[in-house]
Amino acid sequence: MTRKSVNRILILLAHPSLDRSEVNGPLAQAAADIEGITLVDLYAEYPDFQIDIDREQQRLLNHDVIIFQHPLYWYSTPAILKEWQDLVLEHDFAYGSKGTALHGKLFLNALSAGGAEAAYRAEGYNHFTIRELLQPMEQMASLCGMRYLPPFALFGARTAVDEGRIEHHIDNWIELLKALRDQKLDIETAQNLPRLNSDLNQIIKET
Amino acid sequence: MGGLLFQAFIYLCAAVIAVPIAKRLGLGSVLGYLLAGIFIGPVIGLVGSETQTIQHFAEFGVVMMLFLVGLELQPKMLWEMRSRLIGLGGLQVALTTALITAAALMMGLFWTVALTIGLIFSLSSTAIVLQTLNEKGLTKTEGGRAGFSVLLFQDIAVIPMLALIPLLALPELVAGSGESLTTAAESYGDAGHHHDLSLVDGLPGWAHALVVLGAIASVLLGGHFLSRPLFRFIAESRLREIFTASALMLVIGIALLMTLVDLSPALGTFLAGVVLANSEFRHELESDIEPFKGLLLGLFFITVGAGIDFNILFNDSLTILSLTVGVIVIKGLVLYALARAFRLATTDGWLLTLGLAQAGEFGFVLLSFSLQNQVLPAELASTLSLVVALSMLLTPVLFIVYDKLILNRQPDSDQRRADSIDETGSVIIAGNGRFGQIVNRLLVASGVQTTVLDHQADIINMLSKVGVKSYYGDASRPDLLHAAGIESAKAVVIAIDDRSRTLEMVEHIRRHYPEVKILARAFDVNHLYLLNKAGVDIAVRELFDGSLELGKAALRAVGVHPFKVEKMSMAFRKHDENGLNTLYELWDENTEMASNKAYLARAREHGDTLKGMMETDRMQLHDRSERGWTPPPKHYTKDMGE
Repeated sequence: MTRKSVNRILILLAHPSLDRSEVNGPLAQAAADIEGITLVDLYAEYPDFQIDIDREQQRLLNHDVIIFQHPLYWYSTPAILKEWQDLVLEHDFAYGSKGTALHGKLFLNALSAGGAEAAYRAEGYNHFTIRELLQPMEQMASLCGMRYLPPFALFGARTAVDEGRIEHHIDNWIELLKALRDQKLDIETAQNLPRLNSDLNQIIKET
Repeated sequence: MGGLLFQAFIYLCAAVIAVPIAKRLGLGSVLGYLLAGIFIGPVIGLVGSETQTIQHFAEFGVVMMLFLVGLELQPKMLWEMRSRLIGLGGLQVALTTALITAAALMMGLFWTVALTIGLIFSLSSTAIVLQTLNEKGLTKTEGGRAGFSVLLFQDIAVIPMLALIPLLALPELVAGSGESLTTAAESYGDAGHHHDLSLVDGLPGWAHALVVLGAIASVLLGGHFLSRPLFRFIAESRLREIFTASALMLVIGIALLMTLVDLSPALGTFLAGVVLANSEFRHELESDIEPFKGLLLGLFFITVGAGIDFNILFNDSLTILSLTVGVIVIKGLVLYALARAFRLATTDGWLLTLGLAQAGEFGFVLLSFSLQNQVLPAELASTLSLVVALSMLLTPVLFIVYDKLILNRQPDSDQRRADSIDETGSVIIAGNGRFGQIVNRLLVASGVQTTVLDHQADIINMLSKVGVKSYYGDASRPDLLHAAGIESAKAVVIAIDDRSRTLEMVEHIRRHYPEVKILARAFDVNHLYLLNKAGVDIAVRELFDGSLELGKAALRAVGVHPFKVEKMSMAFRKHDENGLNTLYELWDENTEMASNKAYLARAREHGDTLKGMMETDRMQLHDRSERGWTPPPKHYTKDMGE
């Protein structure tokens, strides 16, 4: 693998009602101010769901890290991200014998979930861990030859602001994005975590 | 005749040269007029002797200004402002009067003289401050609002002052010039009309009061009940100049009525303005009166400049300068203390303090009034009028101080954020027929504030019945757009039923308000191109979407799958828009489309690609020009490592 000095990061933000968002809106705002990051608000760009496939494929080619940022809806993404997957990740572009466009890129979900983290395990009411639930996404990355990272997740999102947990989460987000950009993330260690933000100090290298 | 034309030419010439230069230097138009006056008067001596006469005429500008101020004030808003109006405004006038009277007493003046001076200097310049706040876009800040309520209180306070000052007449002055007493009544009030007519001369007290009350009642009731049918009747004649004439007639008529009963014409027109503030003809009245007000006020300031007696200034410059500075400091202190007491934010407080620290145009009115009533000696009056003029001249300097020092020091004041929220979603919709109505309903339903203009009185009438706020007026008139607040609007939607006027409006708005987004209804492709060329931001062909919808319904009616219909129509739309863009290069506004060969050839070609595209779509379910979900090739899983 060739080492470039910085990674270009693409955040595909999907939130159908951003003006009511307490988590994804502020996260997106924080990311927008960071140099070297492209933030795409999918619902704003394609309010009629008419996704411009050529444009989206070009965007993928232009970046090294692909992030789906979204609230978790029914253990998956909001509808437009699914539509985006269906249309943009075409045969011979993203997969298939000639589909090598995404090979080697990093992929992760940055998501907010309503339930508490304790609900996401075998004995919790969601029965599966968040990583298990995201397995379709992990397999999508794998089929496209991308390197999958565990989700950067905020649990109990509906009360995060009231409980004062949002500031710390945003700080972590900024720190993570900068580390990804500057290639300071220990990918191998990170890949084995249940979620990316369990302990950032552990996976961000100093040099 | 020749002399009159010459004077008019000199005045206009001075204004035309000085005002744009002053504005460009950031000094504001008022200072421009004052400087123009100084130049043609004291400096080169072209005018001078007639300024007194012209000033009386020009004071009518103040009357019109108060009419416009009244128009801006819905009674409801006035009621909401009452605490600030009386608290802030009342205290300002009372405290300033008291302090300046005290200062004058300490200088050894007689108490009646001192009190008159105190009253005169408690007033600030509504004309300068409102104009400057407007030009700087500060009217909606807290400081601007506070300043406005203070100014409004002062303008109203002039009325009792005019009643009080004659009571302060000095016995020695009265004895000295008996004959001037008879002329005093002539310039009672601000209009300065010479009138020998009076409805109240020689009436007993009770009858006098009755006539005065009757006059005020007729203004209020007439404004409320008669104006609407009258204006509607005139509006239906569609004669613009007659509407202008009736607006002028209204203002002059009220001013005349007020002078007949010895009341201030400014107060009368102000009241009429307030009564008409809720009327749907408000914007039209505003835009009709506005140019007259502007010119007359300009004339007023020129005469003030021309009337400055530089001899007194040079002979006694130290005294006059220190008096001017003293007045500004005392007024500033009072205003600053009030700003603190009323808990204005720091920047707002400074805006109030620096903005209103000058004396005002009513100062001149009161000075000449006091002079005629033997309250002030002539020499003192001319000195004081110099102080008033100088303090007005210094106002732009104080605003520059505010801009440079206060605003720069506090870039993130809390008022700024409030400001932007205040102005969100102000959209002007020109034309409220079949097209504009739907645009307006969507915007209003989404909570966006709109101002609707239409030139058909019956539409306006009907809309007001269903509760839509709208105004009568020909929206293609620049002055009406101005009156509708285009400076602070985010977007203008042009939905009027007239091709060429739509085009003119786009050109005009693009030239004068480059920030405003222009959205226009286009009639056809040619019109669309013309609008694009004129700089429209978004133009929509009026029938395109409706036709497309009906076409889609037809496809569904013959059994095409609804989702496929949606995709086909999207592809059709995209293809059509692409075609418009490529054809625009070949389009020539001077060649008729039917004889533009290159254009026609390309259009035909483009039509063929659409046909081909739809054909492919029908046969293969998929085409590069319509990227949708595509099934992967059959047996593709073979090379996935199965």
